[in-house]
Parts: sequence; C-alpha cells; structure tokens
Amino acid sequence: MAGKFAYFPHTEEDIRTMLQRIGVSSLDELYSDVPSDFIFKGEYDLPDAMSEQEVRAFFEGLAAKTPRKTVFVGAGAYDHYTPAVIPQITSRSEFLTAYTPYQCEISQGTLRYIFEYQSMICKLTGMDVSNASMYDGPSAAAEAVRFCLASTRKKSKVLLSSTLLPNVIRTVQCYAKWAGTVIELIPSKDGQTSLEALQAALADASVGGVIVPGVNRYGIVEDHEGFAEAAHKAGALLVEYCDPSTLAVVKSPAEWGADLAVGDGQPLGIPLCYGGPYVGFMACKSEYMRKLPGRIVGQTTDAQGRRCFVLTLQAREQHIRREKATSNICSNQSLMALWVTVYLSLMGPQGLRQVNDLCYEGSHRLREGLLATGKFEPLFEGKPFIKEFVLKPLCDVKALQQALSDAGFFAALETEEGYVSFCVTEKRTRGEIDALIEVVKGL
Amino acid sequence: MKYYDKLIFELSKEGRTGYSLREPQARVCLPEKLARKEAPELPQVSEVDVVRHYTNLSQMNFGVDTGFYPLGSCTMKYNPKINEEIAAMPAFAGVHPLQEDVQGVKEVYEGLDKALAAITGMAHFTFLPCAGAHGELTGLMLMRAYHESRGDHARKKVIVPDSAHGTNPASAAVCGLEVVVVKSKADGLVDVEDLKPLLGDDIAGIMMTNPNTLGLFERDIKEIAKLVHGCGGLLYYDGANMNPLLGVVRPGDMGFDIMHLNLHKTFSTPHGGGGPGSGPVGVCNKLVSLLDSVHTSGFHGNFGVMLRAYTYILMLGKQNLRLAGKLATLNANYIKESLKDAYKLPIASVCKHEFVFDGLIDDGAKEGVQGATTLDVAKRLLDYGFHAPTIYFPMLFHQSLMIEPTETESKETLDGFIEVMHKIAAEAAQDPDILHQAPHNTPIGRPDETLAARQPVLKWEA
Repeated sequence: MAGKFAYFPHTEEDIRTMLQRIGVSSLDELYSDVPSDFIFKGEYDLPDAMSEQEVRAFFEGLAAKTPRKTVFVGAGAYDHYTPAVIPQITSRSEFLTAYTPYQCEISQGTLRYIFEYQSMICKLTGMDVSNASMYDGPSAAAEAVRFCLASTRKKSKVLLSSTLLPNVIRTVQCYAKWAGTVIELIPSKDGQTSLEALQAALADASVGGVIVPGVNRYGIVEDHEGFAEAAHKAGALLVEYCDPSTLAVVKSPAEWGADLAVGDGQPLGIPLCYGGPYVGFMACKSEYMRKLPGRIVGQTTDAQGRRCFVLTLQAREQHIRREKATSNICSNQSLMALWVTVYLSLMGPQGLRQVNDLCYEGSHRLREGLLATGKFEPLFEGKPFIKEFVLKPLCDVKALQQALSDAGFFAALETEEGYVSFCVTEKRTRGEIDALIEVVKGL
Repeated sequence: MKYYDKLIFELSKEGRTGYSLREPQARVCLPEKLARKEAPELPQVSEVDVVRHYTNLSQMNFGVDTGFYPLGSCTMKYNPKINEEIAAMPAFAGVHPLQEDVQGVKEVYEGLDKALAAITGMAHFTFLPCAGAHGELTGLMLMRAYHESRGDHARKKVIVPDSAHGTNPASAAVCGLEVVVVKSKADGLVDVEDLKPLLGDDIAGIMMTNPNTLGLFERDIKEIAKLVHGCGGLLYYDGANMNPLLGVVRPGDMGFDIMHLNLHKTFSTPHGGGGPGSGPVGVCNKLVSLLDSVHTSGFHGNFGVMLRAYTYILMLGKQNLRLAGKLATLNANYIKESLKDAYKLPIASVCKHEFVFDGLIDDGAKEGVQGATTLDVAKRLLDYGFHAPTIYFPMLFHQSLMIEPTETESKETLDGFIEVMHKIAAEAAQDPDILHQAPHNTPIGRPDETLAARQPVLKWEA
C-alpha cells in the first residue's frame, strides 16, 4: 500500500522502522486513544485515485462545459488585463509555498513585498497606513464597520450608501447583524449618495461611521463634497469604498477627507476566477493606526544595522488579544497582495492612467452605440463614469441577455432596480464593442 | 539566500515604463472637482527591473519547496504542482462570478461539497469563507442563526478551551458572543468536570479543536457532545487540526454540528505567504437550510483555491486518503520519540499530527550564563536550513515548541531534522551563546522588533 503514491514518501520498511522507534506495532495503534466507535470503518464515498493525466482530462471535461464569454459586466469583478510577468512572479515557489512570515530572517521576500504593497495602497488612497491586506472588498467593508465603532465612543450604528455594490451591502449587513450593529441605508438622488439624506441620518447621535463608494454601483464617479465635514461634525468617521484602478484619475479618499479607505484590489490585474481569490485593502489616517485589523509590516534594522522588515504592532491581534482583538482575522491574502504590487510596479502612474483612458473610451463608445439602437433610455444623464454604466431597457431583458450570450458575450446584467448594467475594460476591443452593438440592433 | 536591499520605489526613474497597452483615442474627462490633482507616486520601472527585483526578493524567502517546514498547527504539507496548472486553466480563470451558464464550475462546487461531506461526515458545505478564522466566524453565525430560527434568543455564550487557537475567542467576539473558558487538565485534555457547571440555556455551543493544539485527541468528546447537546448547545469543530483524522475519523461521527476545514492545510493548497486560503464550513442536516443565510464574502469564496483542493482529493482518491492522516501521525510520533531525550516532553502520551516540547532539558544555564530559550532553538534551526516550529504556543507552557511534520516528509528528512535538533541541544548545553546569537547564516540577523513597534515605519517615503 505504501510507497505507491507520489506525495507519500514512506516505504513499507520506513514505516516498520519508525513504528519500532515509537514502540507500537501498527499504524492503527497510533489511534489507540480514539474511542473505537469513532474510527471510520465504512468505505469513503469518494472516487478512485486518479493519475495526473486522468485528473487533467477530468478538468478539461469540466472546462468544456464552461463556455468562455467576452465579459461586459463589472458589478465588483472587472475583466482587466493581466500582464504576463505577474503569474511568473507569483508562481515562484519561494513566494507561493511560504507561510505567514513569522520567521522574518528567512521571510524578507514576503515582508518586503507586503511593505511595498502597503506603500502603494497609501499612495493610491492618500492614506497614511495600510494593513497587509484582507480577504476581499466586501469583507473589508464589513471590518470597516467594526473599525468605525472601535474608533469612536458610545456609537452603535453605521450608515451605508445605497449606491454601494449589492454584494458589499449584503456582506456588511451579515457581519453587522450578528455583531449587534445597526446599519441604515442612505438613499440616493440622481444616481449618487444624497448629501441631504446623509445629513438627516447623521442627526442620530449613535452613528459612528459612514461608508460611501468612490465609484458606485451605477459606475458613477460620486461627488462627496461636504460628506467628511458632515460626518465629522456628527462625531462619525467617513469611509470611502473605492475601485483602486480608478484612483489614478478620480479624487482619492484622502482628498475627500475620508478617515478610512477600503475596497477590492481585484481590478488591479487579478483574473475574474469566478469571484476569488481577490484581495481586500484597508488604509487609514495615522491617528487610527492601532485600530486597524489584520497584519501590518514595518521597517526596522538588525543588529548589524541592515534594513529589514517584520510583522509589527501585533498587540492589536487575535493571537495576543484573543477576544479583545481588533478583529478575528489572522491571515491576509498575501499572494494576491503580491499580484497587485507587481501589477502596480509594471503600470506605474502612466500605465494606470492609460488603463482608465482605454476604459473610458470604450465605455462611452458602447453607451452611445447602445442608445442609438433605440432599445434603451439613458439614466443619470451627465453623471461622469469611467468603465461601467446603467441603462433603462425598453426591450425584454431575458431575450436581450440570451441573444448576447448566444453571440458569446456576458453582458447586460440586470440590476435590482431593473436597469441593465454594462462594463468596458481596456481588454475590450473596438471590434468586440461594435459586435455587441450589432447583436442588440438585430434584436 | 543572500541579502538584497532594494525597494521597488528605489529603482524608479521618471519616464520609464513597464507596461504594454494600446494607445487610447480619448482621455478620461472628469469635472475638475472629481478629478485627482496629482498622479499617484507609483514606481516607474521597466519590465526587466520588475522581474529582477521580485526574483531577488523571492531568494530571501523560505517555502515548502525550499525545505522542511515543521510549523505546528499550520500543516505545511507539499503543494502538488498539478494543482497550480488546474487552477490556472483559462476556462476557469476567465469566468465572471455573476455568470450563470457555467456548468463546469458548478460541478466543481458540487463535487468538492460531496467529497468533503464524505471525508468529514457533515451534510453540506458553504464555500464563502476565505480562511480558517473566516470559517470560524461564518460557522458561529450559523450557530446563532440556528438558535434564532428556533426562537431561542438567550444563547449568547460560547465555550472555548484554554488551549484554543486565538482566533476562536476573537471570532466569537466578532460574532457577538461572550466567551466562556473551560480549563484543560494536567494531561492537556478538556476538563469535563470544569465544563459541567458552565452549561445552561444561555450556551450557544462549544468550539473544540480535536486533536487539540497539543496534538492530543480529546477522548472525552463523546461525553462532552452529550453534555453540550443536552443543554441545547451545538458543537463546533475547528478544522485546523483535521489532518491526522484524514481517512481515519470523521468529525460528524463525533457529534459535531458545524465545522470548518482549512483547504490550505489539510487539502494541500499553498499558503502563499499568508493567503489566499479557503475555509469552507460544513454543517449537519438540521442546519443545511441555513447555509445560504450567511454572506461573509463578496461572491462564491476563493474558487481558485477550491480547484486546487479538488485536484488533490481526486489524486488521493479513497485509497490514498486512508493513509494520509496515519502517515502524518506516524511522522509526528517518530520525531517526538526521537527527541524526548533532549527536549522536555510535558505530555508523554501518543500524539496525533503534532506535539509540544517545553524547551530544552539542558538549556546550558550556569552561574552568569543565560540558558538557551525556545526562541534561540528556533533561530538556530534556520542556520541549519530548516524552518522553525511554532513557538510560544500553546500558552499552557512557557517554552512551547510545537512540531508538525505532515505526511509528505520522508524518514530521511525527519532523521536530518532530528540530528540537527540533537546538535542544537548539545550546543546549548556547551555554549548557549551560539544560540543566543543565531541565526548566523540567514540574509539578516534578528531584527529590532521594539524599534519597529515604537517608531513605526509602515510605508516607503521618498
């Protein structure tokens, strides 16, 4: 039995010798402390072991049942281009197969790129301190609620803009429900968070935080003038939920006066991969540094004075503070943080700007083309957008989606409001955009 | 490994580019009040700069592919290469999470759900959690949802053993539960007599790790399950230590109602320097209808990690599964028995996948000479090309050194490790200073952690 599987190095003889050293006669005897009725005696309902070639064929079969589509949908997951360098770097096994960098002397690679990642997130958001990353954007927003209440006094409620992505609202509400935090949705006006409604909601003294999107669920770049002042006057923090890719061109959270920035790093070149792994980010002003959840990497020196990096400010964390920690999070999405770091290194300020220019060009071309078909009415005219927009359908949405799908497109996502949503990244060519418009024309 | 001191920002030169994009025909045009004033100060480097820089960084890192990683509680088993190829298949990597006509993707979820149910004895899983602690939180939400669904609103306390992972109490707090600690006995197992008075109609449940963080099987689990169920509570299984039970014992059969698995431990997916992981949560039949009520991440969890775990399970099959846990247990006991002559073994009984030493038997302490600590042993191991064990956890002992070899290590690798551990013990007895100064052969020496915390430098500044 032993010695026949590539991942188990034991020969029969090895097992015998080792059992002898331990002083037991069989592998089963190593489980003598387990009550015998708990030893599973049935047959596991699993397939027979496959060879590597058979496994590959199995997944090729599943791939064949997953037709590839040209993606014209965003809604929290954006089909941006992944430069060839990134997977080459992230698949280096010294990065891929390492654990959390507890032993810093042999983890300087991980610690350095996390430090670079933190620096880049700070540069993009304008914030002072970033953590080493979170699971994804929606869960980072949920952690932001806890952060707001921990950073303010005697508060129990957080306001969420109703223009945040639906999956952000859903995740925040789920966390808040069990933590006993009250969540109130702020209505929108003309496709963006309403300042008047926000001010009215802030009259409630229990509000500790406000979460608003930089670019919202309709793709609109929101105007947050007066938001920070209103929140701060009421003793609440302002949190901006942003698409980091757009931060090359849109006003940063810091410029809006926000205290905390969160979001998903997926638009920074991470493949769609059916929703994960992605990477959440979280960065705050320096006065709230010790309230940040998650890992943080800091710079220091060794005895010889060489610059080096370590996990730091750990007194916030669960392995020391247990139930009094800032969060239960004990890992980050390190490899995805590396993904983002390599992406931003390659793109630089000009490349990231150019990505936005290409998105802008394509999305405006598509919107005009779709409106010209007469099958949609415009929504929120004059509101600025970069890559995503919504239209009011005048045709049957299911038939529209089916026709697009038959032509190889994933597009026209139906929203909760009954609109249809489109997204154009730099990956979409003029040819693809025009072909999509032709399909709609032919309906 | 050699020391390399650059940060990517320090390679930057105005006007240099590392991207390749077609030329746009338009520029983003935003009202001035919505536009960013200055471009973000990202590095401006060429592609070759990026490749060399990160290759150099990788060479200051130690991974499972570099060498033995006996990190207790982390299950650093070999990460098979076929897993990576399957996860990178364009058909999967290019799927948008809101696409519905993706039969192949759905079959991955169904197949993995069925396999994990078979292995654990649970009914079904949710795959939303992205890590073990995320699974704990999701599982506790389900625990609360269950009681709420029965109109039982008073259950706001959860029992956690004093030996539990730090995430257990932290997850409970994030979920709005009050933590009640149950003590361990001298033999390292949960004290059933200490548990009894804690039980009542305010108890939502108990979180157990079995085998526990000392690597010991909680043999009173049957009675514990009976007591907790008897008071109306549920049993949560922290799957961090599932590896030795792989193919031997199913948590569902022990009476657990909810559990999480760490696909990045038990199911061979790489740790990635701290993530991404995946922490699917399984439940017994009576909780299945609640699975869709928790939304702890944005879409469907870390699909890319699930592909890797499913690949591993298919390679194992029902035949090899039977041996996985047993060989992990064999390896742990082999190291334990081979080193107990030099390291203090506080609990001598048979262990499962891991065990804990409480420091050196002879730490070399003499008049005017400080003895070698667990930290010193850990740092000295780095000099000899091994990753260190987990240290100072569990907190039941002062000099904890927690060793978990996993089943993918050969007898030769273990013998090499045992030899070095003996050598280190001899060094400590003779001249503990060699250990105090360690590591000597790594890219950097011990860092000044106090400086890092007192004067935090958390980002690069020009």
